[in-house]
Order: sequence, then structure tokens, then C-alpha cells
Amino acid sequence: MRITQGTFSFLPDLTAAQVKAQIQYALDQNWAVSVEYTDDPHPRNTYWEMWGLPMFDLRDAAGVYGEVEACRTAHPGKYVRVNAFDSNRGWETVRLSFIVQRPEKEDGFRLDRTEGPGRTQRYALQHRSYAAG
Amino acid sequence: MLDVATSAPSAALPAEAAEGRLDLGALFTESEVPEFLAELDEGLIGLKPVKRRIREIAAHLVIGRAREKLGLTSGAPTLHMAFTGNPGTGKTTVALKMAQILHRLGYVRRGHLVSVTRDDLVGQYIGHTAPKTKEILKKAMGGVLFIDEAYYLYRPENERDYGQEAIEILLQVMENQRDDLVVILAGYKDRMDRFFESNPGFRSRIAHHIDFPDYEDAELVEIAKTMAADADYTFSPEAEVAIEEYVAKRRLQPNFANARSIRNALDRMRLRQSLRLFESGGLADRAALSTISEGDVRASRVFAGGIDAPDYKPQTE
Repeated sequence: MRITQGTFSFLPDLTAAQVKAQIQYALDQNWAVSVEYTDDPHPRNTYWEMWGLPMFDLRDAAGVYGEVEACRTAHPGKYVRVNAFDSNRGWETVRLSFIVQRPEKEDGFRLDRTEGPGRTQRYALQHRSYAAG
Repeated sequence: MLDVATSAPSAALPAEAAEGRLDLGALFTESEVPEFLAELDEGLIGLKPVKRRIREIAAHLVIGRAREKLGLTSGAPTLHMAFTGNPGTGKTTVALKMAQILHRLGYVRRGHLVSVTRDDLVGQYIGHTAPKTKEILKKAMGGVLFIDEAYYLYRPENERDYGQEAIEILLQVMENQRDDLVVILAGYKDRMDRFFESNPGFRSRIAHHIDFPDYEDAELVEIAKTMAADADYTFSPEAEVAIEEYVAKRRLQPNFANARSIRNALDRMRLRQSLRLFESGGLADRAALSTISEGDVRASRVFAGGIDAPDYKPQTE
């Protein structure tokens, strides 16, 4: 199951040139770009592992793309995303976030149903790679 | 190829390219390089050999673009440079212009200049240097990285010095990411030569070694006048004579830094002029406020024997 979260997730995977163009757009808007990775793409998992610190004061996408490549090499088979944070007053939030690497085989999620007190049913989304264990 | 070089500029560039001819004149004009070169000629006094080298490099780059259009192999040219020369000879200024020229020609994408020294690249403890250097390199991507006094990166007397680590990272990026950034090293001639001797990797990766000569006395006087004019000051005729004497004397004294010394001297002359006007009181018109008089120049310590001899008896002028 293909994970769809962040921008462009319904499109085919972005090529290197497209990723660079998106990063360049973010830099041109004076957003700070950061790279993150995770093996747990659960929608509730907001905080992915940071790959280095967010990069401020950059002018060209080549610098950020180098970090994306480094992260991919270090973490093959994991999800990698690029975030662009807008620090301007009034925003101070992530303005753009997109996935730049996915595992070859995406396990997707499993729905767990637990019975609670009375006739209560509780549902939980489990990432399959965890659920298997 | 050369016979087309002299043909008159024409607008039909793509058609000519299709039949294997290129109008170099038009290509040159389009690149806006001539304007930059003219600006360089006007804006910078002296520095003739430097200007000629920049002209050569610019021409080479334009021709490289032309060759590319006609399908000849051009290969990404190595653009890393070394600027050597005494302090105050305009290395940083030229680097800034160089960044703009390279940007116009499309050899760097953004055309900004990141100016750093050893402190910005080398860390204080193990494992600190690599991230620091990489951080700077990331900032310089798409532009020009200007490393002032680059020889400080290499300290042969301390084999554990972290400078070596920064050098290795630099060399790697200079080789592998030539499209992404241009590195310009700057420093005094003799020390840079020694630096290159002990780091042959650097020498071979730098295509252009440009030597900045010291300014002539007349050029320094010209620079003083230009600087003054930029700040809306003029010299009285006697002050101009005094400036000429000042330059000749200042050169023989220690810590002479060419145009930078002149800038500092000018700043002090402005201070003296302000004080003179302030103490004389009374009415001051536009001319009085903008004129630097002979006295403002001659009050300099340089005429009294220089910084090293504060008690030196003033010579009879």
C-alpha cells in the first residue's frame, strides 16, 4: 500500500531534478529546509528522526540535495522526507513537506480490533512491519 | 571558427547555430559580460594584469558556451582560482565581481559570495571540523566560496591540526561538485606559494592563479580622490599635493596595506576636518563642509615619522 502523506504523494515519485526544483522553490521563499527519516510512517507519528539540523541561510538546492542523498545512502529502505519551515511571523510552520524516498515494498497498515469492557470495540492502525512481530 | 568571430552582430542566432555558425559578437553582448568588464575597468583603479586575466577568463567562458552550442566538447571548465597579493590590493572586491561575471555566464547558479577565513572552516575539537566545513560549503553552493588567508588552513608545525581535515573536504568538493560552486583562495603571495607547495592537490585543482600587484603612488592618490568623491568630499589643491607626499611616505612605513591604508587615512582626515570645523565655529557653507584642507592631511602621524616614532621630530617640509 502506497503511503500518501505530505505534498505530491499521489504523484509518481519525484525525480532528482524535480526534488531539487522543489527545494529551490522553498529556499527562494526563505524557508529553512530539513531532512527527516523514519521506518514508521504512521499518520500519528508526526516526529520523524532528524537528519542533521534544519538548514538555514542556504541559497542553492545543491547543498540540501547533498544531505538528501546522504540520508538515502545511510537509510536505504526507510521513508525520507523533506520539510520546509517558514519562520516568517504569522506562519512559523511547515509550509511544504514531501516524501523523497520510500521502501521498495511498502507494507501498509493493518486494522487491529480490540474488545473493551461491555460491548466496546477499539480500533487501532498498526504498521505491518511492526504488527508482524 | 575564427572567421565568424568578426562578423557583425545579428539577431538570428539560432538559425546561424543550426547551420554551424555562431555570432560571437552577439553572444558576448547577450552575456552582459562587456558591461561588467567596463564596470571593472572604471570601478577599479590600476590592477592592469588582474583585469587582463579576468578578460581572458571571461572570453574563455564565452567561447566555451559557444563551443557547447555547436556541439564541440567543452567540458566543465575548472574555475577555482587563487588570488595572491599584498593586503588592500582589491582581492575581495575582485572576487565579488568575479562571482557576478560567473553568474551572468551561467557557470554558477546564484552568484553570491561567501567570504570565510580559517575560523569558519576549522573546528575546535575532534569531530567539529567536518560539520563546520560542510555547513559553509552548503551555504556557498551555487555561488563562490572566498577563503581569505587560505594558508592558515594548513599548519605544518602541528600535525594534529584540524585544518588538514577541512582541506580534504574542500578538495573533495572542489573536484566532485565543480558545477555547484567555485572556490577562490586568497592571501599573500609568498605564504600562498608555500601553502601550495605543501598541498599539491590544491595547486592542481586551481586553474587560475592571479597575482595582484601593489598600487603605484599615482594610483593610490587616484583611489583617495575616488573614495573621497564617493563620500562627497573634495581635496583642496594644497591637500592634493599633501596626499601625494603622504602616499609616498606611508608606503615606507610598516603595516602598509595599499588601498586599505588610504581608506583608513581618509577616515582620519574626515575626523580632523570635522574637529577643525567644530572648533572654528561660525558659519560653514557647503564647500567648507566638503573640503579637506592641507592641514587635515598634514596632521597625520605619517608626516611625523610614523606609528613607530611618536616622539619623532617633524621634518621641515
